Amino acid sequence: MGLCERCKKAQATFHLTNIDREGDKVERHLCDSCATDEGLLNPSKPTVDLNELLESFVASGQSARSELSNLVCEDCGISYVEFRNQGQLGCGRDYDVFAEPLARLIERTHDGGAAHVGKTPKSLGLARKPHEDLRRLRKQLDDAVAAEDYERAAELRDRIRALETS
Amino acid sequence: MSGPLDQVARQASAWLRGGPLSEIVISTRIRLARNIRGFPFLSRADAQTRQEIAEAVHLATTRADALHDLIALNVEELDELDRALLVERHLISRQHADGSGARQVLFNPDEGCAIMINEEDHLRIQVMRSGLQIDEAWDQIDKIDDALEAHLDYEFHAQFGYLTACPTNVGTGIRVSVMLHLPALRLTNELEKVGQAARDMKLAVRGLHGEGTEAIGDFFQVSNQITLGRSEPEIIEDFRDGVIPKIVEYEQAARAALMQHRPAALDDKIWRAMGQLQHARLISSNEAMQHLSHVRMGIHVDRVKSIDLQTLNELFLQIQPAHLQKLRGERLNGEQRSVERASFIRARLSQN
Repeated sequence: MGLCERCKKAQATFHLTNIDREGDKVERHLCDSCATDEGLLNPSKPTVDLNELLESFVASGQSARSELSNLVCEDCGISYVEFRNQGQLGCGRDYDVFAEPLARLIERTHDGGAAHVGKTPKSLGLARKPHEDLRRLRKQLDDAVAAEDYERAAELRDRIRALETS
Repeated sequence: MSGPLDQVARQASAWLRGGPLSEIVISTRIRLARNIRGFPFLSRADAQTRQEIAEAVHLATTRADALHDLIALNVEELDELDRALLVERHLISRQHADGSGARQVLFNPDEGCAIMINEEDHLRIQVMRSGLQIDEAWDQIDKIDDALEAHLDYEFHAQFGYLTACPTNVGTGIRVSVMLHLPALRLTNELEKVGQAARDMKLAVRGLHGEGTEAIGDFFQVSNQITLGRSEPEIIEDFRDGVIPKIVEYEQAARAALMQHRPAALDDKIWRAMGQLQHARLISSNEAMQHLSHVRMGIHVDRVKSIDLQTLNELFLQIQPAHLQKLRGERLNGEQRSVERASFIRARLSQN
């Protein structure tokens, strides 16, 4: 018995030998959960997403929270539950309509990242923050000095000076 | 059987033609996910809306000065084989190939830049470079994005940045993927080190064609998962100064260790692979990829001298099912492909 070839964590309990379109023999060894993810195994799936169920369970009694799952975007017509089931939002406005539950989900997905840092459309007049470039250039300068690449270091130094005085 | 892509199959894409650290790093790819304000995301877009999105993007590309001479293909109208060919060349995703409704791809003749229209997001812009060229790829895609943005009103949110259909891409909408060839780490059973290095930086390791694909022929893709809360330069730095040098070092160490301590095992792998490729009469693409992988390593450890890297890189691409059928000029079933593949490889190797 080996580990699941997909998650490499759980014991592989699902073994499948198949012939693919190429005519090649394909062997798969998966745990139940990965086999289900890949649509190879079909447990009697509850129609409601498990997370959704838990969320609404935890939220029961807090009326404001349980109403979250009833949220519907008037622009595209998608509900929060629909989004959770299909994984795709319906329009840009959903990010505001579903702001509260979505923000929690997004933070979880992005390792705590909650707000955008980086490029912004020029049309918004919010050019890239110069301090960010400066920080990056200073680090590159340190690296160049450490690597004794003085030609690059000199070039970086000039760019940093230019940014600092601008 | 002829079509717009007949010539395309005859040569390798520019991004397969070597580059910095190309003995280990095959290619660098960056893609940006963008949506246009005023249109719903694609799960809520009807046929009319998809058409309007496509027209808006086409118009923007003709006006954008960073983009010219683009080849435009209507993916919806292409036959299955042409769509598969585009997937094999990494010009479109499997999702885009298998999707439905009006959808397009625009790419430049050297295939270094491609724009998918109406994939999961309105636009998926990608730049591919050979070897490790992350900064160069970013500079290029940043300019293309600027040029398009001058003519398109992107969906952008003060808190969440560039809005995407799936919240996993929101923020920068960037995905950096570096494709690596790690035969020695597989032979020495040390691939777990790669997984660990990637996990430490919160990066994912996948197979040749990205999401949901297996590693074939010792090729792996390392890509970022986090797109919110970190700027593009920070994400790029994680690759350039963090995870990639580390993995390259592991692979180099594994190759050196094999040469020093187990030269017979190394030579055996390389020359058996060579023998199989030179003599097989029936060969599947997975088997061929695995042997080509060992021969590729053989070139880089100075064992194989009769084959040049260019030929080998072309073979990796051309032994895949759609390429094989395109080059042959007819449709082939599984067994016929195995025959054709074996004879194609034999012919190419004997030319050298």
